Amino acid sequence: MSAATATDACPRVSRRFRLQWEEAQNAWVLLYPEGMVKLNQSAGEIMRRCDGSRTVSQIVADLEQAFGASGLADDVAKFLELARAQQWIET
Amino acid sequence: MSAANLAPQPGPPLWLLAELTYRCPLHCAFCYNPVDFATSGPELSTDDWLRVLREARAAGSVQCGFSGGEPLVRDDLEILVAEAHRLGFYTNLLTSGVGLTAERAAALKAAGLDHIQLSFQDSTRELNDFLSHTRTFDLKQRVAALIKDNGWPMVMNCVIHRLNIDYIDRIIEMAVELGAEYLELANSQYYSWALLNRDQLLPTRDQLERAERITNEYREKYGDRIRIFFVVPDYHEKRPKKCMNGWGNVFLTVTPDGTALPCHTAKMLPGLAFPNVREMGVRDIWYESEGFNRYRGDSWMKDPCRTCPDKEKDLGGCRCQAYMLAGDPAAADPVCDKSPAHGLVVEAVARAEAGAGRSAPLVFRDPAASRRIAAEGG
Ligand code: SF4
Ligand code: SF4
Repeated sequence: MSAATATDACPRVSRRFRLQWEEAQNAWVLLYPEGMVKLNQSAGEIMRRCDGSRTVSQIVADLEQAFGASGLADDVAKFLELARAQQWIET
Repeated sequence: MSAANLAPQPGPPLWLLAELTYRCPLHCAFCYNPVDFATSGPELSTDDWLRVLREARAAGSVQCGFSGGEPLVRDDLEILVAEAHRLGFYTNLLTSGVGLTAERAAALKAAGLDHIQLSFQDSTRELNDFLSHTRTFDLKQRVAALIKDNGWPMVMNCVIHRLNIDYIDRIIEMAVELGAEYLELANSQYYSWALLNRDQLLPTRDQLERAERITNEYREKYGDRIRIFFVVPDYHEKRPKKCMNGWGNVFLTVTPDGTALPCHTAKMLPGLAFPNVREMGVRDIWYESEGFNRYRGDSWMKDPCRTCPDKEKDLGGCRCQAYMLAGDPAAADPVCDKSPAHGLVVEAVARAEAGAGRSAPLVFRDPAASRRIAAEGG
């Protein structure tokens, strides 16, 4: 299991990227030199919680509470793995 | 409601390209500034630019590129970067590095500059031996150190052409040595000064294949240490590029005199008035002006594009190239082998293969040459 998916890891947005809410696009975006990734809603909600202080378990609990959902752990783990492969986050 | 009102609303101008000045200490023979740049009107003032930044940000722009000419020539660059940063732009500086002192680098960092793209342009006119020119290397080394020291990512760009393409290995090694994390090897595009010098600058097919092969070898050798992008010249292709990612779709260029353009060469197109930021707000420019609406989407197309199954893929290519080569901005980009004018591109490549440019002198970009060309009618 990679570090980003360990439930006690505290992922944070990588220094190579800047996460920002863009009103005009109604979305969270990741900015980098001469480029931009527009995140969908769930990706944005996960990423904005990757602040280096919350563990993956806390992020999941937080999301479940915010959206009145349960069983999000797998989806979050899957996304974090992808985000790590893209170097959007580091732990 | 008219049919035009039912057309999908274009997205925001995500990318603002601020061409702060046409002044530049260098004389690149492939310069993308218009050939008549020296006759351009007065530059926008600091206040004009501050207003453009605010209006563009309010209209949804998020990436801001400061370019030129050499943007460091403007001594208000730090003020503009600071305002762009305050507004929430991601700020990019496109520079040759000439004029970047430790003091200015520190001031730009403090202003919130996110990224510098350092290009390999040289101060010598000896294009083919610029690699062995120690002044170039010293300058790049000094600037690369400033970039590193300030914690910016190291992004380098080198325009590739017939006269330097055979040294691609040395260019890559130089970039590695300077600590580049990203290297863009961008073949010259044939507009403006590069079009004047096309016979001398267009590489042959053999040169191109060799350069791509060597680039791939270096990619394997260095892996993640440096990411290398290789942009082929479209003359060697059979399908055009989706120019600017679509006309009036993502990019808003503002030239030094305040003209707003969908791309930096669009001013050449006949019968099309482009607004000036001194007279019109950015939102109206983007959504309402004729210049930005003319070639949006695909309703302006003629055959072969109009009925082409690939028309959404490339949107018919580049309007400027269609005008320059086929004489009609609404024609298919002649790079496309379905274009009736494709023969002109084939012919240009054949001339390159035959070494047609060997005897003719290069025309270097400078204000005197620019005024002469403008006087001769472009
Ligand atoms: S291409 Fe060369 S001459 Fe033209 S603006 Fe850039 S550095 Fe200056
Ligand atoms: S015919 Fe036009 S739309 Fe079709 S591939 Fe060629 S340039 Fe693109």
